[in-house]
Amino acid sequence: MNNYTISIRPFGQHAILIEWPNIVDEAILEDILQFKTYLAKNFLFPEKWEIIPSYNSLTLVERNFPINFDVLKRNIKQWYSEKRAIKVKREKNLWRLPVCYDTDFGIDLEEVASKVNKSVEEVIALHSKKSYTIYGIGFLPGFMYLGGLPTDLEVSRREAPRQKVIKGAVGLAGKQTGIYPQQSPGGWNIIGNCPVSMFKATRENPIFVSVGDKVEFFAIERAEYNLRVIENEAGVYTIQKIKIDA
Amino acid sequence: MLKVLEQGLFTTLQDQGRFGFKDKGVPVSGSMDTYTTKAINTLLENASNAAVLEITMTGPTLEFKASTYLCIGGADFVVTLNKVPISLYKVYKVKIGDVLSYGKLNHGFRGYLAIKGGFKSTVILNSTSYYYPITKSRCIKKGEELNYEECQDFSPKISEIKISSILNKNELEIAKGPEYNLLNPLQIKQIFNTNFSVSNQNDRMAYQLQENIEGVNYSMLTSATLPGTIQLTPSGKLIILMKDGQTTGGYPRVLQLTDRAICILAQKKYGDTIRFKLV
Repeated sequence: MNNYTISIRPFGQHAILIEWPNIVDEAILEDILQFKTYLAKNFLFPEKWEIIPSYNSLTLVERNFPINFDVLKRNIKQWYSEKRAIKVKREKNLWRLPVCYDTDFGIDLEEVASKVNKSVEEVIALHSKKSYTIYGIGFLPGFMYLGGLPTDLEVSRREAPRQKVIKGAVGLAGKQTGIYPQQSPGGWNIIGNCPVSMFKATRENPIFVSVGDKVEFFAIERAEYNLRVIENEAGVYTIQKIKIDA
Repeated sequence: MLKVLEQGLFTTLQDQGRFGFKDKGVPVSGSMDTYTTKAINTLLENASNAAVLEITMTGPTLEFKASTYLCIGGADFVVTLNKVPISLYKVYKVKIGDVLSYGKLNHGFRGYLAIKGGFKSTVILNSTSYYYPITKSRCIKKGEELNYEECQDFSPKISEIKISSILNKNELEIAKGPEYNLLNPLQIKQIFNTNFSVSNQNDRMAYQLQENIEGVNYSMLTSATLPGTIQLTPSGKLIILMKDGQTTGGYPRVLQLTDRAICILAQKKYGDTIRFKLV
């Protein structure tokens, strides 16, 4: 595994920020996640530490006590150089999520299609044929920042955000696509709806996706969508998951 | 059980929060003023994670359906137990049918009510702290009943304390944030020489300030944010994230509040003045 030049900076009394080069790159994300796994397994245990990966950074947060920045910085440098010699095994999954691109849900689908000079069918085909990478989870519980959008589908975010975007809405903005896990205000262009809850308190794993996982969308008709909503509510829908080697 | 006769403006259950789920986008939540909740839980000899009621600006009226002991703290409300005023940071015994009523707010913004053993509620992701839609409720509602275990007999080791109040403090201690170095001398001067006032955009997610400083245009990749992180927007707005704040952001994180400064700010309301001091 490559080792990158990392920078380590203080982030208040309880946290420290580690940054990789400032680019969106899957190899960098993989290095970050391997280091996260290595730290959580050997040094910074989950009872006391939160480790938050996102794009080109890891933020380490201590639960109760102030950290000693200089000591921790020295340790992190040491641990990062040790990790180079080791192949860290980590769990990585591909999630296949159904999306209904019916125009009842895809309220901006026609506008997006005309902006990118494609037909609605072409937009749907392009969106649902790619594997996306989860570069971060934030903004709302379970909201994924997905990278890997075909350049043909890049549209700027809407000029005026909507006050209300419904739960499950699948959106496009710039180089990103994603799913609103709950109703919220939002400025993304909405092209469909996913009937699977990205957050569900009663599910064994309330938020099943992790940073570094892959996501694919597949198109479903309205009738199947209605069925999946009921299954999802009842907790009997099995989310399609494929293990991949990291 | 504690019956909610009047719900108040925004009253929630809070413990120490949901630690361990920031990487899934789940805010930590928990008590905004941990300085106060630690004191009142300690007086009742509760576990430090015992759930308390956080009472914002206009308080509730509550009827006890089982005996217990209570202690209030934080903002200075006129609070009565069966119409007799009670004091902050003092343990009181309550019995079936007693009514606790929050009246006028004299000072501060968030009051806290702890009871012996803490309130019992559904634990989701290791916490009972209200945060919609992680929890079903946003806040307590009139007619609702909150659970707790009856306690007939408790002799507190200390039944009353005088704590140094944070309500009069308006100086917030801050550390440099990860993107502090983006600030130019003018912005630094503006930050440390301005008496800022809290805008009407203030809640458990974030506090915005009325006075803008010079903005910063810097494109950064989305990265983690914490309670107490101060973001600076391109238009020069300072946004201070609080306990329900989002876990990632794309604005430069120029400053970071200390734990104590978060508690001090949690007691500020629209129009109150604050200053920053670098530590």
